Amino acid sequence: MSTINKNAGRIIATVVSNKRVGQYHQILLNVGEMVNNCKPGNFVAMKVGGENAKMILRRAFAISRVSLTGPYGGSMELIVAPFGQGSKWLCSQIEGAEIDLIAPLGTAFGIPTQPVRALLVGGGYGSAPLFGLAEVLKNRGCRVDMYLGASTGGKIYAPMEGKRSVNVLRIYTEDGSMGERGRVTEPIPGLIADGLIDVIYSCGPMPMLQAISEIVAGSDVVHQCAVEESMACGVGICMTCVLPVADTDGNVSMKRSCIDGPVMDGSHVLWDQVGKVPEVHS
Amino acid sequence: MIDLSTTLGNAWFPSPLFTASGCASSGKELAQFIDLREIGAVVTKSVMSKPRHGRATPRMAETPSGMINSIGLQGPGIDQFLAHDLPWLVSQKARVIVSIAGETVEEYATLARKVRSAPGISALEVNISCPNVENRGLVFACDPDASRRVIDGVRKTLGGELPIIAKLSPDVTDLVSIAKGVVDAGADGLALINTVLSMVINLDTMRPHLGGKTGGLSGPAIRPIAVRAIYQVHEALPTVPILGMGGVASGRDALELILAGAKGVSVGTASFGDPAAIITIQNELKDLLKARGFTSVAQAVGYAHRPAEDIEK
Repeated sequence: MSTINKNAGRIIATVVSNKRVGQYHQILLNVGEMVNNCKPGNFVAMKVGGENAKMILRRAFAISRVSLTGPYGGSMELIVAPFGQGSKWLCSQIEGAEIDLIAPLGTAFGIPTQPVRALLVGGGYGSAPLFGLAEVLKNRGCRVDMYLGASTGGKIYAPMEGKRSVNVLRIYTEDGSMGERGRVTEPIPGLIADGLIDVIYSCGPMPMLQAISEIVAGSDVVHQCAVEESMACGVGICMTCVLPVADTDGNVSMKRSCIDGPVMDGSHVLWDQVGKVPEVHS
Repeated sequence: MIDLSTTLGNAWFPSPLFTASGCASSGKELAQFIDLREIGAVVTKSVMSKPRHGRATPRMAETPSGMINSIGLQGPGIDQFLAHDLPWLVSQKARVIVSIAGETVEEYATLARKVRSAPGISALEVNISCPNVENRGLVFACDPDASRRVIDGVRKTLGGELPIIAKLSPDVTDLVSIAKGVVDAGADGLALINTVLSMVINLDTMRPHLGGKTGGLSGPAIRPIAVRAIYQVHEALPTVPILGMGGVASGRDALELILAGAKGVSVGTASFGDPAAIITIQNELKDLLKARGFTSVAQAVGYAHRPAEDIEK
């Protein structure tokens, strides 16, 4: 049975900066030495709302990037969409504010030992952790292409500085307001057929992850995806963030996306069964 | 010095703070944030005879000062639990209260027989009140007769050694009569309260938000219900030990349940927001007891019940 990320710890982090980037907020936190343990794909669980909040649960966010050498020591970047009450509160935090967080949590993207040709696919602000991943892959000598998609241009997150680590960055929007018109998954079958990629790393909405898993099925391309399920605790005790996953023997069980994920092998997830209950054990 | 120790039946615990079943899994994850030996005991997630997937997602929704959940007793089944989870807790020197749940009176008895021979258990919680089952008719704790039969079956199977704590639901008209019934049937203590049956409707889909439609409300939103339930039952059954739970998030809340009549207090949902909450609560409770002149937890149990004339003095 898998266990909680052994490096997870709880700290009070200070907001270093909070900038609006399109529809999102780029929040930089001073987290000190914790950055040494953070890997691309890991996430953070943040307490929101302040002392007397009626919001009692933590909010989970993918770690976008970490830096050891910021002006304030180790720092962590998060990309937050101000959609709900908790994320709106986070986006309203100004420089110097203190936030209670637990990190690093969950699994990380697997980094190949040999240079590979990697395609990073992000949907909406799901692109956030892919930029930190791109840096790591680039440093390993990988060829890194990044395809980002969203319904509309305002929902694409692609910071200027993030583009340095990728060989090719292509953007797809369903309304054609930015980049090419269409879905980000549309060019993938061609890339696989032409033998241009070895590994796909993805982060974004579940239907996108499912679509990529279906595209790579039957090919030699490995698909590592960061899944998203709503969580109450982030540390493995509440059992709310589960999805059906098959082990190597084909046995299906409801795995916690906070412990066995968020990064999973896309071919192990029973995408058709997400949101349902699998057949009962014999 | 404040004596924090407490007892539930013949089981002794160094602290009155416990995890709540279903809110600590089987203890491993929390152990990364707290020393399990420092708390009263780990109350493990209610385990059934067979492995169980639980209910469909979404399984939770946050509500003001609370959350509703619909896990549906996902778990490894009793054999895996006894082979892996329990030995690990014992190896950590944690005290353990094993919580069991069944779909039939016979299943509870079977579970009790398996638990009986396992070493390292302080007490058995018999969860007859999980709201997240497909058939509400299976919530034994909503039926005085069914409650009694379950506890009677467990008591007969278990023998006399291990204390039985029956976990009851607040979703009943006459909690005291159900409490009396299970005590008559052999329960040594009562766990009050399980979550409160509830629902959230999603305004995007305009349908019930949870996969299981209904869920159990927990968190500070239900604390006054827990206080009321504990007060009522302690008043009627002052010698029966109560393990209180329901929205405890601070030392103040723990003391409130103790004053109402709880000998032990479980921390559940608060651990989701802060995995070290139980230790913070324990420390706060110590200070609050001291500030009120108590030298032990035992002195404060049920203190809210003393006659009005005593308060005047």
